[in-house]
Amino acid sequence: MMDWVAIGLTARLAGCAALVLLAVGLPIAYWLATTRWRGRIFVEAIVALPLVLPPTVLGFYLLVAFGPRHHFGQWYEIVTGHLLPFSFGGLLIASVIYSLPFAVQPFTVAFRSLDPAFADIAKTFGATRLQIFRHVAVPMAWHGILAGFVLSFAHTLGEFGVVLMVGGNIPGVTRTLSISIYDQVESLNYAAAAWNSLFLLLVCFTILSITYLLQRHFRIA
Amino acid sequence: MKAIVMRRTLSCAFVVIVGCFGSVLSLYAGETEAVQTLTVAAAADLKFALDPIVADFQKQHFNVMVRVSYGSSGNLFAQIDNGAPFDLFLSADIDFPRKLIENKKAVADSLFSYAVGRIVVWLPNNSPIDVGKLGIEALLSPSVRKIAIANPEHAPYGRAAVAAMRKLGVYDKVSNKLVLGENIAQAAQFVESGAADIGLIALSLAVSPKMKTEGRYWEVPLDAYPRLEQGGVIVSASKQPDLARQFRNMVVSPQGRETLRRYGFILPE
Repeated sequence: MMDWVAIGLTARLAGCAALVLLAVGLPIAYWLATTRWRGRIFVEAIVALPLVLPPTVLGFYLLVAFGPRHHFGQWYEIVTGHLLPFSFGGLLIASVIYSLPFAVQPFTVAFRSLDPAFADIAKTFGATRLQIFRHVAVPMAWHGILAGFVLSFAHTLGEFGVVLMVGGNIPGVTRTLSISIYDQVESLNYAAAAWNSLFLLLVCFTILSITYLLQRHFRIA
Repeated sequence: MKAIVMRRTLSCAFVVIVGCFGSVLSLYAGETEAVQTLTVAAAADLKFALDPIVADFQKQHFNVMVRVSYGSSGNLFAQIDNGAPFDLFLSADIDFPRKLIENKKAVADSLFSYAVGRIVVWLPNNSPIDVGKLGIEALLSPSVRKIAIANPEHAPYGRAAVAAMRKLGVYDKVSNKLVLGENIAQAAQFVESGAADIGLIALSLAVSPKMKTEGRYWEVPLDAYPRLEQGGVIVSASKQPDLARQFRNMVVSPQGRETLRRYGFILPE
């Protein structure tokens, strides 16, 4: 009944995407929270784009840009030895783009809510911007960072449209749980679809409950 | 001063956006009032072949708007079985319409067979593989890394592709190279775009104007896979069964048959 191969793959994809987003998202968020450059609103808009853009737009660009007829796709093939469509790496890139706002926005809010006095004090002790980021901002904003990490993980679990367009439905490589449920429904295998859907529902509910619990706890404290 | 200008610009933009929405909505309302709409659920292998038939039909019924939704037959079956508001279902496998009649979701005496589908091994022009000479063995070429087929779980063409590969003795050697399109049109798109190296697709797509100039194909012998008998049925929930019946008559008319023949279908007697 349960598609454990798909569950394992989905968890791996979501975990990898959340880790990459931690590495990529934190510097972007810190820069957004601290810069005074007025053009930052355009960067914020780009970060937020996946919230409103249909996944098919992203899927189309990924198919074309990473296809064998495009320089980027040819370069990707030379570096990784395979094309982006139908591969785990391709899904990872898609997921990172797709879940970007779910990581960067909570990070940014957390950095902005810090009292700038701490950074100023650190500066008077001669700390560089990188040192302030590492030793002051990140440790103090950790609950917002955790929230972003968890949300980007959860959002990747629910990714569907992009995977359907560039995945190719390969068991253990690109058949994620959401695709597996879609297949089960189309094959009229409603019992399996029900079990896997219930599993996904409970996992997502638990993750979100923990996130909100954490947020409330720290707001009160 | 700056703030006032800004506010004015914003309110102007708001008015323009609301105006656009309004006019789009009113256009839509006007269109649905003036004409009748016939909604057809069609297997993805008809993606190009059905266009001329729809055009012919609309020449005779100029007040009817025909909307076609394409998908894998299994997907469309599941939708209709759960009450999707289609008038007519054109499946790539006649078993799906039969099952709808069994489930009382389709009109009992409306079942008809309209074509027999064929599958081909297709590859793009720039491929070095000589598919005409190699036939099914083309799938075994070392340069082939990904083979696109439709999902055999719910797409009849996917099922036929797997059956043919088994019968011709290549399935076990290539099963780890398969990528599955959601329906046969997506499988064709995978190989047309070059994302997959070779594909087993419907002949009706291979000879379509879009793909004809893009690649070459080898036809899989008909005895290598179960007959792809394509059938249709009128959906019970249809509010205009007469109109649906007229469209069915167009599909099986000499004119419709000629179009289907042009797209590579074999026609039932």
